[in-house]
Amino acid sequence: MLSAFWIVLKRDLLLALRRRNEVFTVLFFFIVVISLFPLGVGVEEKILTKIAPGIVWIAALLASTLALDRLFSSDFEDGTLEQLLLTPHSLSVMVFAKIVAHWLLTGLPLVLIAPLVGLLYQIPVDSIAVMMLVLLLGTPVLSMIGAIGAALTLGLRGGGVLLSFLVLPLYIPVLVYGAGAISASMAQGVSIQPYLLLLSAFMILSLIFAPWATAAALKISIE
Amino acid sequence: MKINWFKYAAPMNFYSLAGKLIPFFWIAAIAFTLLGLYWGFFKTADVLNDQKQYYRIIYVHVASAWMAMWLYAVMVFWAALGLIFNTRLSYMMASATAITGANMTLIALITGAIWGKTSWGTWWDWDPKLTTFLILLFIYMGYLALQSAIDDTRRSDKASALLALVGLAIVPVIYFAVNCPDPNECASLHQESSLKRVEANILIGMLVTTLGFWMYSFAVILMRVRNIILDRERKTSWVSKLKEINQ
Repeated sequence: MLSAFWIVLKRDLLLALRRRNEVFTVLFFFIVVISLFPLGVGVEEKILTKIAPGIVWIAALLASTLALDRLFSSDFEDGTLEQLLLTPHSLSVMVFAKIVAHWLLTGLPLVLIAPLVGLLYQIPVDSIAVMMLVLLLGTPVLSMIGAIGAALTLGLRGGGVLLSFLVLPLYIPVLVYGAGAISASMAQGVSIQPYLLLLSAFMILSLIFAPWATAAALKISIE
Repeated sequence: MKINWFKYAAPMNFYSLAGKLIPFFWIAAIAFTLLGLYWGFFKTADVLNDQKQYYRIIYVHVASAWMAMWLYAVMVFWAALGLIFNTRLSYMMASATAITGANMTLIALITGAIWGKTSWGTWWDWDPKLTTFLILLFIYMGYLALQSAIDDTRRSDKASALLALVGLAIVPVIYFAVNCPDPNECASLHQESSLKRVEANILIGMLVTTLGFWMYSFAVILMRVRNIILDRERKTSWVSKLKEINQ
């Protein structure tokens, strides 16, 4: 079971390394969205610092849904996904490997680029650390929930827009507490521990249920 | 006596049963709604604390909001039943329920906006209850959008049923998230729903109107299910023998 996990993970990472532009597209999309906001709402420092937490998260949400489309579609088109379904290994485990690979390629880069966003929006250094931490906790949840949507909309016409429409409302808890934690870290005397605990709880719950639900959705979509 | 519970799981049998039930539900719907509204408009106080006549929108607002939430539960029930027993009729019931549920959510939002304008002085406020209902509408819409995007009936039934279940798991989390965006302290503008604080006289009107809306939901959902059955079974021999088809 573990070997199936590692093989799928390695394969997905290798494929992505051969086509690096896809990883960078998502990253640059994130940066472009982030840099458009100051141009739209004005460059006043107070406003920017106040809205930064929400903007970072909304940009992360959009970048994450943008990348979801490719989670299963290329494997679906060339038949790899059907072969995975035929193997004797648990589909949930292999799906989990694919989600982990997807997060390493699209979620982790966002966490690593976060300090740059902090500089653009003049966020204090302590809050930048909190931002990286909550992105680290929250982006896996986005990949997990998104995977269910990606499996349900597999191979549909106009699936990309539909997928965003389905999963964006489900991302709300992560958005609320993720952005809330960053705002709280900039305020005086507010504890961020409850936010971190809630986000961790979301991550654990989605780790348990999402691969299983995604596998069920894939079976429905392919049968 | 042994009852065959699965007799009416067959669309053919359910079609005629639903046809017989619909008139009763319509009569009950009209009777209860009119009675509840009559009671609410003429048998209750003209002025309620600082709220004036416009508080009477409560009879439509609360009834539709309750039905919007209840119908989501009903939809999930049918979706789960479909996934467990793989009965076609359950999926048809789920999709018929979703449309009425979405309508009720929309009615609750619109009447709420009107009431908000008169009472709070604003059409919309990013308050937990309002936000949750907006998201409930998004989730109903997502369900309907997914269903109509998939051409294959089997896949569309099952995929949307799974989405309904995922929604059920996440909606409570969303509710608490918007209710308490700052876990260090929680507050909101919309008063808590507590039936104890509502005057008994008004409560009667609310409950009777809700019953009317519920009966209305039964009637429309059954009518819609009959349409779905006819649409999906149009090539079968029992449909071609129906009186209403051969007219």
